Amino acid sequence: MSSTPRTPPSPETGIERRYGPYGGRYVPETLIPALDELEQAWTVLRTDAVFQAELQQLSHDYAGRPTPLYLARRISEQVGRQVYLKREDLLHSGAHKINNALGQCLIARHMGKQRVIAETGAGQHGVATATAAALLNLDCTVYMGTEDMRRQGPNVQRMRLLGATVAPVESGRRTLKEATSEAIRAWVAEVADTHYVLGTAGGPAPYPALVRDLQRVIGDEAREQVLAAAGRLPDRVVACVGGGSNAIGLFAGFLDDPSVGLLGVEAGGHGLDSGEHGAVLTTGLPGGILHGAMSPVMQDENGQILEAHSVSAGLDYPGVGPQHAWLRDSGRATYVAVEDDDAVRAFRELSRLEGIIPALESSHALHHVLHVPAPEVDVEVVCLSGRGDKDLAHALEQLERLEGDQALAVTPRHPRGGARQAAPADPDAAGTSDAAEAQ
Amino acid sequence: MSTSDRSTAAGTLRGGAGEERIAAAFADAAGSAALMPYLMGGYPDVETSRRLARAYVDGGADLVELGVPYSDPLADGPVIHAAGTAALDAGVTVDDVLRIGERLAVDVPVALMVYANLVMRPGFERFVGRLRDAGLSGLIVPDLPIGEESAEVVAACDAAGIAFVPLIAPTTSDERAAEVAAEARGFLYAVSVTGTTGERSALAEQFSDVVARAKAHATVPVGLGFGIATGEHAAQAAAAGADGVIVGSRLVRAAGEPDPVAAVAAVMADLSAGLGR
Ligand SMILES: Cc1ncc(COP(=O)(O)O)c(C=O)c1O
Repeated sequence: MSSTPRTPPSPETGIERRYGPYGGRYVPETLIPALDELEQAWTVLRTDAVFQAELQQLSHDYAGRPTPLYLARRISEQVGRQVYLKREDLLHSGAHKINNALGQCLIARHMGKQRVIAETGAGQHGVATATAAALLNLDCTVYMGTEDMRRQGPNVQRMRLLGATVAPVESGRRTLKEATSEAIRAWVAEVADTHYVLGTAGGPAPYPALVRDLQRVIGDEAREQVLAAAGRLPDRVVACVGGGSNAIGLFAGFLDDPSVGLLGVEAGGHGLDSGEHGAVLTTGLPGGILHGAMSPVMQDENGQILEAHSVSAGLDYPGVGPQHAWLRDSGRATYVAVEDDDAVRAFRELSRLEGIIPALESSHALHHVLHVPAPEVDVEVVCLSGRGDKDLAHALEQLERLEGDQALAVTPRHPRGGARQAAPADPDAAGTSDAAEAQ
Repeated sequence: MSTSDRSTAAGTLRGGAGEERIAAAFADAAGSAALMPYLMGGYPDVETSRRLARAYVDGGADLVELGVPYSDPLADGPVIHAAGTAALDAGVTVDDVLRIGERLAVDVPVALMVYANLVMRPGFERFVGRLRDAGLSGLIVPDLPIGEESAEVVAACDAAGIAFVPLIAPTTSDERAAEVAAEARGFLYAVSVTGTTGERSALAEQFSDVVARAKAHATVPVGLGFGIATGEHAAQAAAAGADGVIVGSRLVRAAGEPDPVAAVAAVMADLSAGLGR
């Protein structure tokens, strides 16, 4: 059977507007010409040798591509299979977001736009856009909910330092959903000279295709690297899903390899039954319209959009990109959820196992890999979408809430005196036993 | 083809009874243009909203654009956004707004202004059926542009006798304006500014351009909205050739004042004067 769903590209452009029933352009009329213009620009630039060479050179010399694929030794040992980490956390500005931001800011320049705007949740996309805008000499305004400004303080300062204006958004729960709505409203007013650098694989067409194209470097590199390192394709690839850009970037490299499972990990928040989460795919929600796309969305019985909840600002979003919805419906990809507390513990666990402090977003994927048995998997690739410096204060606060002021207490790994301790040295190890045993 | 035969007889209007009623409202409007006030349904509360609807009718409204509070109104500026949020916080539902519309429709034609997700949630046909059952005449969906996105809704409206009213903007190309105008039932909504709803100070120059483009393609009346707040604006809009003048944020702001009915009546009087009534 052909297990890879592919909507045929739209005949005029070569960029999909729909993925099965999902996608489309549900925006005010004012924006339609700008979306047409962007679609036309990308249709040309995605195969334009000069543009691609410029993007590749910047990705290489400036952003730090290719990123390593690291065989995580102690994780692999603990779970009894080969776990490779795709190190997007090592990119300049600290997350995969720079892949998209650099690409879109270059496109903006090609379209003759002097200004860019962006929305941000965790602040990583805002920082990435501010970074690319500084590099390419574009004016930059980033919309950010005030709750996220609180959770991600250092990133606010980074954006300002980079010369961007951070526009605080006070509506709703003051998080990513509202920041995105506000950025779209601002774009409606400023569309003549402004490009909107949308930060995830969602929004109106052509953004889901454009962002995927710019992020697929993650999957394309990883595929080559894992073939070289392991001599075979992985059994699955795993990534966290907020709007879905790092996940679709990773998945894109393996879509045509039917033996490779695609696993997206969503925010389970306080638990799927609590209603306070961001797991729109896992919970099987049907399509609705948010931020210009038809795709699964959290909404009430009247159709009012609900707020999501996640401990990580980057996954705190009630919608998801349309291609993921189609990958779910067609059975090509699977989606699961990981709760706040588990993600916070995985944040500490990776730090202590591998000496890598992961973003809280990526920690969701890591928890699943570390603690949910996968007997059918021998080799896998996990996207480490970003680094965790931005999350330090917030994650430590959460850990203390869970475990009191002993949250960062250290138990010696190699107790003096010879006798091996029976108890696990690491508090996280308590939860890992079933995963290890399953192997 | 359908565009040309539409004007021949009321019976061929694609928007059915809703479109007929809207056409009559434009035809019968006093002064230089039809007066089309926007009401945020359920703001500041359902009861006051009912009284404001009454004040619109008494103030000479030819058609009322009835807004449904929504969580993520992408086409709205701060005033209407805040009013919608307040209404939602007070528990106002789509049904509450439809009941306000039902009452109002006894006196004037009502076009519902509602975001796409609220229409999609119960299903296009069911939603449009509720409009018809409540006696409403038109449907405006600001985030449902003409194209494959709107086709199903337009068909559902036609089947139910509800006029589907699309929007054109200052950014809309001539070619696309023709496409959008061809889909207009009842009237064509011309957006006067590149931006969200909200009061603006100087407008007149922008009016003529977008109105001219709309009129060049439309076979239905053209209503001009977004940013129109005063009698002076209304006069400029009519002078630019608009068949109707849509006023939103200014009236919604008045609805939030301590004596909302008096404040709304005063704005309506100013607008009427601007239209030479
Ligand atoms: C490090 C990191 N990972 C993941 C995400 C989630 O976004 P997406 O699902 O688009 O990759 C974010 C968003 O801010 C992020 O900063």
